[in-house]
Amino acid sequence: MNTICGWKVLYLHLQWCVCSIVRLSLLEIRVVLLLHSFVFGLCPGPTQKMNLFQSVTSALDNTLASDPTAVIFGEDVAFGGVFRCTVGLRDKYGKDRVFNTPLCEQGIVGFGIGLAVAGATAIAEIQFADYIFPAFDQIVNEAAKYRYRSGNLFDCGNLTIRAPWGCVGHGALYHSQSPEAFFAHCPGIKIVIPRSPVQAKGLLLSCIIDKNPCIFFEPKILYRAAVEQVPMESYQIPLSQAEVLQEGSDITLLAWGTQVHVMREVAAMAQEKLGVSCEVIDLRTIQPWDIETVCKSVVKTGRLLVSHEAPVTGGFAAEISSTVQEECFLNLEAPITRVCGYDTPFPHIFEPFYIPDKWKCFDAVKRMINY
Amino acid sequence: TCPPQQALLTREEGLKYYRIMQTVRRMELKADQLYKQKIIRGFCHLYDGQEACAMGIEAGINPTDHLITAYRAHGYTFTRGVPVKEILAELTGRRGGVAKGKGGSMHMYAKNFYGGNGIVGAQVPLGAGVALACQYLGNNEICVTLYGDGAANQGQIFESFNMASLWKLPCIFICENNKYGMGTSVERASASTDYYKRGDFIPGLRVDGMDVLCVREATKFAADFCRAGKGPILMELQTYRYHGHSMSDPGVSYRTREEIQEVRSKSDPISMLKERMLSTSMASVEELKEIDVEVRKEIEDAAQFATTDPEPPLEELCNHIFHNDSPLEVRGTNPWSKLKSVS
Repeated sequence: MNTICGWKVLYLHLQWCVCSIVRLSLLEIRVVLLLHSFVFGLCPGPTQKMNLFQSVTSALDNTLASDPTAVIFGEDVAFGGVFRCTVGLRDKYGKDRVFNTPLCEQGIVGFGIGLAVAGATAIAEIQFADYIFPAFDQIVNEAAKYRYRSGNLFDCGNLTIRAPWGCVGHGALYHSQSPEAFFAHCPGIKIVIPRSPVQAKGLLLSCIIDKNPCIFFEPKILYRAAVEQVPMESYQIPLSQAEVLQEGSDITLLAWGTQVHVMREVAAMAQEKLGVSCEVIDLRTIQPWDIETVCKSVVKTGRLLVSHEAPVTGGFAAEISSTVQEECFLNLEAPITRVCGYDTPFPHIFEPFYIPDKWKCFDAVKRMINY
Repeated sequence: TCPPQQALLTREEGLKYYRIMQTVRRMELKADQLYKQKIIRGFCHLYDGQEACAMGIEAGINPTDHLITAYRAHGYTFTRGVPVKEILAELTGRRGGVAKGKGGSMHMYAKNFYGGNGIVGAQVPLGAGVALACQYLGNNEICVTLYGDGAANQGQIFESFNMASLWKLPCIFICENNKYGMGTSVERASASTDYYKRGDFIPGLRVDGMDVLCVREATKFAADFCRAGKGPILMELQTYRYHGHSMSDPGVSYRTREEIQEVRSKSDPISMLKERMLSTSMASVEELKEIDVEVRKEIEDAAQFATTDPEPPLEELCNHIFHNDSPLEVRGTNPWSKLKSVS
């Protein structure tokens, strides 16, 4: 299942690179140690040390170079963007290809849909995922349904929307949200969330090439904190394929974006303190998600913990839980547990209590093992 | 008809405006300091340079009138009646804050002051709605709805203009044009920078937002216009902010230091008022200095409160989500942890 456009997964070489979390205090994530990642695809070539925003710039650079119809637009992208994801692109490719829009999210996405339908590769930036809601109608009612309603005469597959996502330590209500669940409910769009620079570049390039409208959420806390050796040339990581980061036998820990790093710490804690062997999976594509990999893992371990920052009710973990219990009911040793944000707006001063940190997840692992 | 070309300033008014504007100025500077010390975290959008707008508007309306603005809201929070210590405590996220520490910089509220809104442009339809309530209740009150030059390009602004004009709502739309929407200058963002004309069928005034008396007279004129049932009116206040967009913006990558200095020396609202009062002998240098000293002390005390007041208790995390008669259970990060929510 899940071979995109005839891709087979190739292990070309193991990249030992610099990306992991040393200290996950309540308010900071500092990313320093080693984590290996597998590069899927052809010819990774020479690499360069890049953080997450630089890897995004690299992906966009490759795209603008190889695709003459590609354009990047959004608020403040011309000078480089508020998170520096588009630094240098305007100077290199010209102001007709990298340009600012006024402050109008609905307009940005609507405009992007039009561009995409007419044949250009449109890469729209929404400045924070929290601001995507004025554009919600355009995404859900226009972009997602274009191909379906026109009987495949038209489509806006050339559209990719990028937005910074997730908590950042001090973002409060409107700079911390994780809205993937709202869009997962809408057939017709793909949602992708990377956990690291190497993943981000490969997944973003896949989104841009993919013939469906895609939303690419970039964990903003990792923009500077995550650093890896990233291939400078173009490469793709297949969509709708989850990645097993660490094999285990007792419990499956599933997450995406920043939370994957929390899960890795929890796995280490569980091994050390409880002797529990954890299988850690990064979902990567939220919709359509890799049901097979997750279910295979749950069949093996019998326990599933899903974790995300977004509020627990109606969060994407709910969909995963429901599907997994349908497929793997008899294999389950314990109820599927979700460790997620509270059902409140994302708080200002209470953020450290709100987020599903490693201790809450570790506690959940303990309970599931002892069920 | 248009606003009068002359204004009358009494000594009491002058001293009052001076004190209020100086308080807002010093409060914003103190917030800057606390932010750099990491006592205030998160987002902080400072209002220094624009004090004449908040003061002039407040002087032109009644306390029973309504006001709503965007995220650069500390000045309005003060002019609408919230003490400095509650504003600073809200910035530091303490229980003594005006929103119990749960809102932060962009979400401060008071009676007849609807905040403090983070999403750009979202407050304008809300303001039109408040104006409708005033009309419906027939209480002769109006609503002042503020937005910035960046927000002026949002679709919902024009939706509000249409509704307000169609139904003749008593709404004063005010565009605070400080020339930069974050880092984008008005010329690069707007096809038309005549923000006072953007209301099309709504009459518009362009006002010097650095002169508190100009703002006051224009606001009085606009308020009378609305109260007479003539429908909405639009005002553009041309003003300037000294700080960057927020505390993470140094404010000099898209404009020159010379520009900022020029505005400070030629059009600073507090200096202009001070000079007016001194040159007409309405007040002495010592009197104004005394006000400065008192203001400084007030701010220091407020900052002391804001740094020592305790944070809100953990139970507050889940309170006030819904209106509920008996406590509601809020699901938490784990299936076995639930907190109670009360309202």
